[in-house]
Amino acid sequence: MDAFIFFICAIAALAGAFGVILARNPVHSALFLLLTLVTMAVFFLMQNAQLVAIIQIVVYASAIVVLFLFVITLLGVDQQESLAEPRRFQRPLAVAFGILLFAQIIAITGNHWATGAHSSAGPLDEPRTGNVQAVARSLFTDYIWAFEITAVLLVIAVVGGVVLARRSGQRAGEPVLEESNA
Amino acid sequence: VTAPDITPTYYLILASILFTIGGVGLLVRKNTLVMFMCIELMLNAANLTFVAYAKALNDISGQVIVFFTLVVAAAEVAVGLAIIVAIFRRRQDVTADDVDLLKG
Repeated sequence: MDAFIFFICAIAALAGAFGVILARNPVHSALFLLLTLVTMAVFFLMQNAQLVAIIQIVVYASAIVVLFLFVITLLGVDQQESLAEPRRFQRPLAVAFGILLFAQIIAITGNHWATGAHSSAGPLDEPRTGNVQAVARSLFTDYIWAFEITAVLLVIAVVGGVVLARRSGQRAGEPVLEESNA
Repeated sequence: VTAPDITPTYYLILASILFTIGGVGLLVRKNTLVMFMCIELMLNAANLTFVAYAKALNDISGQVIVFFTLVVAAAEVAVGLAIIVAIFRRRQDVTADDVDLLKG
């Protein structure tokens, strides 16, 4: 049964990934990305990562994909885009580098296996309470400093996003000056 | 035919394929939004690797790191999309080929 679910979801994930890079319309790319992200959540569930799977659905599949779709519609770039490539060697080189990258990853993970001491974070499941509590215990004890830093990171990202998204050096109500595209 | 046991190796191979597809897409596509989606794809492949190793080694810290990766990805999307909006305001286009002011 596990194998059945895995292969179905693996095919869906690969189809979604190919769809992202082959779709001419950015909206279709975003929806293919959604497919891959949801199958990824299934993989997380199959590997005893319940909390991460739910966060994947809530944060990635909802928030991030919706943000992508918002920006696509806001900018109005949802028309068909030409996939013609002006540089002759760009595509073959990209595929060659991709194959090289894949070979490197396989060579690294095929010849080595992670060994050594386990981290101090503990096993995957608490004895009676399960995976969510195990993640929470680790997050709020071993990784508390990193967790606090993420708060700072998110604040900086939000402030930076607001600063970048409003027109620079312009107050509300001022007329829009046409900027030259030199 | 008996179904094979799904070992962590299956997940690692799938993750490496997804990572490669994301990397090739990043090189091939010209629309900055789609390039961004390819980066998300690569981040997700890395997350799958972390979760697979967490399962294989029975160690929770792999999943905690995935949690942090998700936070960083969310922050990255917020800032990156704001940058794309700013570029679009200036150039009315989001094609990477046209943003070549730094070209020598």
